[in-house]
Amino acid sequence: MAEDMRPVLHCTGISKFFPGAIALDEVELELYPGEVHALLGENGAGKSTLIKCLTGAYRRDGGTIRLDGEEIAPQSTQASQDLGIGTVYQEVNLLPNLTVAENLFLGRQPMRRGFISPRRMRDMARETLSEFGLSINPDEPLSAYSVAVQQVVAIARAVALSGKVLILDEPTASLDHDEVELLFSVIRKLKDRGLAIVFITHFLDQVFAISDRATVLRNGRVVGTRLLGETSQTEIVTMMLGRQLESRIHDRAPAEAGKTLLQLCDFGRRGMIDPFDLDVREGEVVGLAGLLGSGRTETANLIFGAVQADQGTVLLRDRKIGLGNPRAAIAHRFGLCPEDRKTDGIVGDLSVRENIILALQARQGWFRPLQRAKVNELVEAYIKALDIRLASPDMPIRLLSGDNQQKALLARWLATNPDFLILDEPTRGIDVGAHAEIIALIEKLRENGMALLVASSELEELVAYSTRVIVLRDRRHVRELRGKEITTANIVRAIADETVEEPA
Amino acid sequence: MRQTLRSAFKRTTPQLLILAVVLLLNFLVFPDFFSIKFQHGRLFGNLIDVLNRGAPTALLCIGMTLVIATRGIDLSVGAVMAIAGAVAASLVVDGHGWGTALIGALAVGCLCGLWNGVLVAVLRIQPIVATLVLMVAGRGIAQLITEGTILTFVNPGLIQLGAGTVVGIPTPILIWLALGLAVTAVVRRTALGMLIEAIGINEGSSRLAGINSRVLLVCVYLISGFCAALAGVIVAADIKGADANNAGLWLELDAILAVVIGGNSLLGGRFSIIASLLGALIIQSVNSVILLSGMPPEFNLVIKALIIIAILVIQSPTVKHALYIIRASAQPIVPPETPKELKESTQ
Repeated sequence: MAEDMRPVLHCTGISKFFPGAIALDEVELELYPGEVHALLGENGAGKSTLIKCLTGAYRRDGGTIRLDGEEIAPQSTQASQDLGIGTVYQEVNLLPNLTVAENLFLGRQPMRRGFISPRRMRDMARETLSEFGLSINPDEPLSAYSVAVQQVVAIARAVALSGKVLILDEPTASLDHDEVELLFSVIRKLKDRGLAIVFITHFLDQVFAISDRATVLRNGRVVGTRLLGETSQTEIVTMMLGRQLESRIHDRAPAEAGKTLLQLCDFGRRGMIDPFDLDVREGEVVGLAGLLGSGRTETANLIFGAVQADQGTVLLRDRKIGLGNPRAAIAHRFGLCPEDRKTDGIVGDLSVRENIILALQARQGWFRPLQRAKVNELVEAYIKALDIRLASPDMPIRLLSGDNQQKALLARWLATNPDFLILDEPTRGIDVGAHAEIIALIEKLRENGMALLVASSELEELVAYSTRVIVLRDRRHVRELRGKEITTANIVRAIADETVEEPA
Repeated sequence: MRQTLRSAFKRTTPQLLILAVVLLLNFLVFPDFFSIKFQHGRLFGNLIDVLNRGAPTALLCIGMTLVIATRGIDLSVGAVMAIAGAVAASLVVDGHGWGTALIGALAVGCLCGLWNGVLVAVLRIQPIVATLVLMVAGRGIAQLITEGTILTFVNPGLIQLGAGTVVGIPTPILIWLALGLAVTAVVRRTALGMLIEAIGINEGSSRLAGINSRVLLVCVYLISGFCAALAGVIVAADIKGADANNAGLWLELDAILAVVIGGNSLLGGRFSIIASLLGALIIQSVNSVILLSGMPPEFNLVIKALIIIAILVIQSPTVKHALYIIRASAQPIVPPETPKELKESTQ
């Protein structure tokens, strides 16, 4: 990146406010022609908001965007496309039932005497595609080709329409290794043609493989921009997570080794998570660490049977069991508090009372209703024990705050008296007080002999309660940290794939 | 128990009010509306007619309420009525007893429900499409059973189900009342109602909480098929014949309407069978108004539509909100901004 080059796109002081939240706070971004610029950050960091401001999907509330030195304020994605900013999304935004050629030229078909000229369109399509190294039949419907090819077609269309700045929003999320290579070769060609490319992804390896620079966002602010040749994955991860690499030693006495409860062997599902082995003992908290998309949630869902594994065996107390669906898992006294409370957890219009007894009632079967008195006793006990704040247990659960919804979901599973409880991001979106309460609860459950598997992006939290931490990376279990190895610094290093410091 | 009654009353207040208004309309156009006589061992009167004629819709809306609570819909109930009527008629014509005919018809109805349930729950076809299949095919099947004719019969036992009385009360009234109460008791006394509501509100969460949504979905379509079959037998018994073309024609729409008038959301979730039954009575009372007012029959459908639109508009949240604001702004002390707000929000 030559210093004397003028940026093709220059954003300064971009701000965007949502009711009650600052989504972007004075964000700066410079894009030079011929560079691939990675935009990094955890969920909610402001990546997509920034992109939407650039493409005109949102109106920014402050700041300026200069394209080739001219200030622009696109009012729609169409307008920004005309200005030269093209976007390709993870979900291909094309029409799968039209042919490849039609998709490429939709809205600007070559005309001949007032009619579309299919032959010219086909020839032009073939030419365009060959520039991108694709030799496919432009007359086939787009859906006949793999997602990667569809991505390239989408890129070809975006480049043809815009041609200055190309934004790729998680283009590799659903691609396998070879397809990523195909896409990267296309990106390199475009880079040589002088396009400025913004690349958004959760896969750090891919960032380092293709990008020149990276800008890291956190909580709507730019943490920093780095030349990737001069930085390490550890530094980038630290910037994303906002953790100091303090080497606090995990000083809790190792938990007494309880009996082995669950043994997973070679357990996995293609395209979701690579096969892994995992033992869980009674009275143990196994933490799952990793960046977003690294396979934490996938691991949790697979073990609970929410998604069916396609290989591997499961032993529960040395007896082989099947985990085909959540009902089977619940029958074996498993529980799962899912990551997305709203869509997978609460049943919004049912009362808090009904939500708390739902799993227990489902396990009992519909023809054996819980006694009213027992329900009240149970619900009141958990409301008190977990300090759920509500006007009445008969109010719909959707009216509760996020903290209290999460506590009610915990109560739902505790009411089933589980042996093995999986918590996926138990403290996401929860205020400080409730946060501490939930961590204390995890400790207490562990002391009572329950086995827990906790996936979290809060590293300090994982360090606080885990007896072991499994580190995931690119949908693989890559490392296990035990005892004194469990520090936030070591977790960050393991996520960034560097050697772990041996405990002193 | 008293608390349950009170909350049930609170839930059905709008339906009770609307029913009262429509009955009052009946009274205005026909002052003798509420008079009930006891003649020839049987109750007579317009009110009894409403209860009696409303029986098919009432029966259908019991099953339809459960189906809609799961976020589904059952378009096939009218056709299932025709099939069940045809089965019952052909069985008695073949010399079987009325008991066999009834059981046979109900079994076929359950089979139809099972078919719908499997399409929806196992093959995951959208309910409106899945049940459309049987809605179209069902009348054809019924015609095959009756061999294209109106299959008449004289079996007194079967006729008794549609046209007879028990201790002076027409049998259909007793049947729908009994089934409505029985199904309400089953879904509310067991956990079935709550689990059905949970599926309708958030099937994903319900599955993760361990609810067997597949079996429950099949169950509700099965119940709907059963209700439709019972309605079909009653209609056939009433006219002493199975008319494959006209039995239950468009009645699925009345049943859906009854459920909606009953305040149940088509998006699934919370449901009340009693409110749906009141909805069915409201529809029948509207029919009665039109009949008794002596208006030419060609006005019937238009007037029915107008009354129903009025009912739905009164129930709509937007109108409720506007009424609330009008009432609030009618308070003696009006802040200066309020009239402007009112103007904006009622536009």
